[in-house]
Amino acid sequence: MSFLELKNITKRYGPMTAVGDVSLSVEKGEFVSLLGPSGCGKTTTLQMIAGFVEPSAGTIRLDGRDITRAKANSRGLGIVFQSYALFPHMTVFDNVSFGLEMQRVPKGERKPRVEEALSLVHLAPYAKRYPRELSGGQRQRVALARALVIRPPVLLLDEPLSNLDAKLREAMQFELREIQRKVGTTTVMVTHDQAEAFSISDRVVVMEAGRITQIDQPYRIYEHPETEFISRFVGKTNLLPGKVATATGAGATVSLAGIAVPVETAGLSVGETVTLCIRPEKLHLTAPSGGLLTGRVADRFFLGSQWLYHIDGPLGTLMVVTPNDGSTPAEQGAPVGLEWSPSVVRVHRGAMAEAPDVALEVTG
Amino acid sequence: MSTTLPDAAPASPGGETPERRFPSAPLFLSGPAALLFAALVLTPLFLTALLSFNQFDYATGRTGGFTLEHYLAVVTDEYYLEIFLRTFRISALATAICVVIGVPEAYILSRMSNPWRSIFLLVILAPLLVSVVVRAFGWSMLLGPEGPVNGALIALGIGRMKLLYSEGTVVVALVHVMLPFMVIPVWTSLQKLDPAVEQAALSFGASRATAIVRVVAPQILPGILSGSLIVFGLSASAFAIPGLLGGRRLKMVATVVYDQYLSDLNWPMGAAVAVILLAANLIIMLTYHRMVEGHYRRRLG
Amino acid sequence: MTRNGPVALFFHALVVIFMLAPLVIVCLVAFTPENTLSLPTRGFSLRWFEAVFHHPDFVQSFWNSLWLAVLSATLAVALAVPASLAITRYEFPGRGFLNALFLSPLIIPHLVLGVAMLRLFAVVGAAGSFGWLVAAHMVIVTPYVMRLLIAAISGFDRSVEQAAFSLGASEATVFRRVTLPMILPGVTGGWLIAFINSFDELTMSIFITSPSTVTLPVRMYMYATESIDPMMAAVSALIIGITAVAVLLLDRVYGLDRILVGQQ
Ligand SMILES: Nc1ncnc2c1ncn2[C@@H]1O[C@H](COP(=O)(O)OP(=O)(O)O)[C@@H](O)[C@H]1O
Ligand SMILES: [Mg+2]
Repeated sequence: MSFLELKNITKRYGPMTAVGDVSLSVEKGEFVSLLGPSGCGKTTTLQMIAGFVEPSAGTIRLDGRDITRAKANSRGLGIVFQSYALFPHMTVFDNVSFGLEMQRVPKGERKPRVEEALSLVHLAPYAKRYPRELSGGQRQRVALARALVIRPPVLLLDEPLSNLDAKLREAMQFELREIQRKVGTTTVMVTHDQAEAFSISDRVVVMEAGRITQIDQPYRIYEHPETEFISRFVGKTNLLPGKVATATGAGATVSLAGIAVPVETAGLSVGETVTLCIRPEKLHLTAPSGGLLTGRVADRFFLGSQWLYHIDGPLGTLMVVTPNDGSTPAEQGAPVGLEWSPSVVRVHRGAMAEAPDVALEVTG
Repeated sequence: MSTTLPDAAPASPGGETPERRFPSAPLFLSGPAALLFAALVLTPLFLTALLSFNQFDYATGRTGGFTLEHYLAVVTDEYYLEIFLRTFRISALATAICVVIGVPEAYILSRMSNPWRSIFLLVILAPLLVSVVVRAFGWSMLLGPEGPVNGALIALGIGRMKLLYSEGTVVVALVHVMLPFMVIPVWTSLQKLDPAVEQAALSFGASRATAIVRVVAPQILPGILSGSLIVFGLSASAFAIPGLLGGRRLKMVATVVYDQYLSDLNWPMGAAVAVILLAANLIIMLTYHRMVEGHYRRRLG
Repeated sequence: MTRNGPVALFFHALVVIFMLAPLVIVCLVAFTPENTLSLPTRGFSLRWFEAVFHHPDFVQSFWNSLWLAVLSATLAVALAVPASLAITRYEFPGRGFLNALFLSPLIIPHLVLGVAMLRLFAVVGAAGSFGWLVAAHMVIVTPYVMRLLIAAISGFDRSVEQAAFSLGASEATVFRRVTLPMILPGVTGGWLIAFINSFDELTMSIFITSPSTVTLPVRMYMYATESIDPMMAAVSALIIGITAVAVLLLDRVYGLDRILVGQQ
């Protein structure tokens, strides 16, 4: 049986369902992220695990024990809040020591444990400072030390890095993962940043409007998004509506504006409406006549390590990302060819939903 | 204190949503204060309103029965009419002078840089915290027959003047007491004003005066209005200033109520005047509240 | 100061003189060696301060006022802390009404409150009691405390309490170790502003004090309507001194402009 288990957890606020029927198993030592757009119920889910919000239905089990109705102060979980929630009137040392004091750890034993926690987050020299005398990143680490020092069975992180600037955020991602590996604490993190979720989690739980739509390893979520929403929310993608033209046992061809595109999805039936998803980096530029399609460079953007092209062609405008290998990029207005391998095309059954440029806004 | 912190307090992501689950906790928390205010604000006001309708027997000093004569007296009796009129006149004058002095002063303060700004803000506002008796006493010394003001008048060859116990003295002292109440709201609305707006007006070639009249004034008007109502309300119910600087003849509403209660012992009459004073105050404040809210709603909508 | 012209600065100087003159003259006259109200042109003397300390009525009134201010400020804070928690943190029927009720003494003239309290005390037979006087002062100082506390509690990050709670603290411990220390500036600021307001209050108190509970402002008012001598100036100077100390403390713990002008 898994270490932390949520079973059919639901939270309703009046007529509104903030979290609906969420089930999730987290193994001991695992790092799991809840990923989803703002307002999809991530924080509410975390708060139910923490004990600050009581579920309307469902059970939460920790190490086999039912803690659904247990008070937050008896669960012993470590929590890092988005705002860090440090005690502003206590020094860093006292902040970290507070939890040990509450557990009635003898004074002599407290000091070495606090020091150990502080050196884990590289803050040993700052023990005597007050939170207001620390930078954002340092405060974040105090919050982490304070949560870890009580040796919690589960560590809960609510958007722990969202208040840091971009550079620090990236550095802290890796540090967070490193610390988590070192102490081995089972961790559940909430984030709306897919890069953050992907880079440090063992598994990612994608939430959509209060429900879980996919639980998988990061790369599988990226490569095999189970819903069109996920393919748009996670990374950039080209969505192409079409109809199945032919179907064989192992694959099919889909007709997109009269062009037949082979796919490797089985079980499709002829005439079915489908949406194809192709990630921009899976498309390759070729000589104008060499590809599956021809088009023209409408726009190009330099992203440092990559080039992003908008290619106008028979299927509308497609995004193409190519690595910047130092060669001369295609000129604006130049004719180009496009090719891809059939194995990278994902097929979602049914027509395309509205707002196809969400991906650009959310993950930009 | 076990109910202070319901463990299921939802931490809503954006704004704090007040807790809904324990209706008993807030009642328990605010109960003592609510009891105090019920016993010492609502009950006495209610009793006073009742009292104002009681008859008063001058011979025995007994009260009872029901009558409207006290309220009628206020609107028919020359004596009360004059006092209400005088109170209105003095308060209106004090308010006008507070606007004339307080608004430019707040503007000047807002254009200072620290530390001067904090220092002078303190100088202007801190007298608010000194007992009004002390301040009235200070004015009676300044304006007394041997005081420095008369000394200056003599030195200038104008000669000694009788300054105390006049409406003018009461107005001056009221302005002194009330000025902070004008400066505070105007200062607050000036703080909200983006200095860039004024600079923008100036950069379009507006003269300084035009910039102030066309750009600054409209934005601080609500502050001036709110200051004026506070000053007027407090002046109309001022007690110590007319009591100490108005002498025996120059009565205002508050000093009349005091006389009714503690010299004439005609409590019902005093109660009626007090009820009218309270009603006038509440009407002014509530009207203002409505007005300001409507104003901002229109602006935002 | 660079942005104000000479006319503006001259105007400003006049306003400052106007605001300070009555306070300054009181403090100067308090040191006069003469028998009449006059400026100390022939040296300074402390004789009128001595006179105050040997005047039993003033001494008694001083202690009355001090006790009254300390008790009413302390009790008002004790009631206002839970009441402001209730108002800021809970949604319950009657919340708006209670909030308005608690702030109402700010817009009810003190004269009206005095008259009303006098009536109540007469009805319940409590006229002249010190305890009821304290209760009456609690009513007039509570709104000042509530305003600061509501500002302090509204600006409070609830997740800090949740953090303490998650670390195993009980509700009582969270309140004592986290909530209270975090709203402490509001609490002390509220106490001081309550103290000052109670210590200074005249208009309501004059109706409800008895000869044994007369407060200092009431004593001064009554004394001043009879006769005026330099002893009054000495008492006034003492009051200004006490107020100044309280104001400086207030400025330290909370910031005077925050109290007088509001949060910035
Ligand atoms: N205490 C509450 N009362 C009412 N609605 C709430 C409350 N807390 C959260 N919600 C609603 O539940 C939904 C999910 O919120 P939340 O879990 O905070 O989302 P996320 O953390 O994913 O941004 C939101 O629509 C939010 O408005
Ligand atoms: Mg959230």
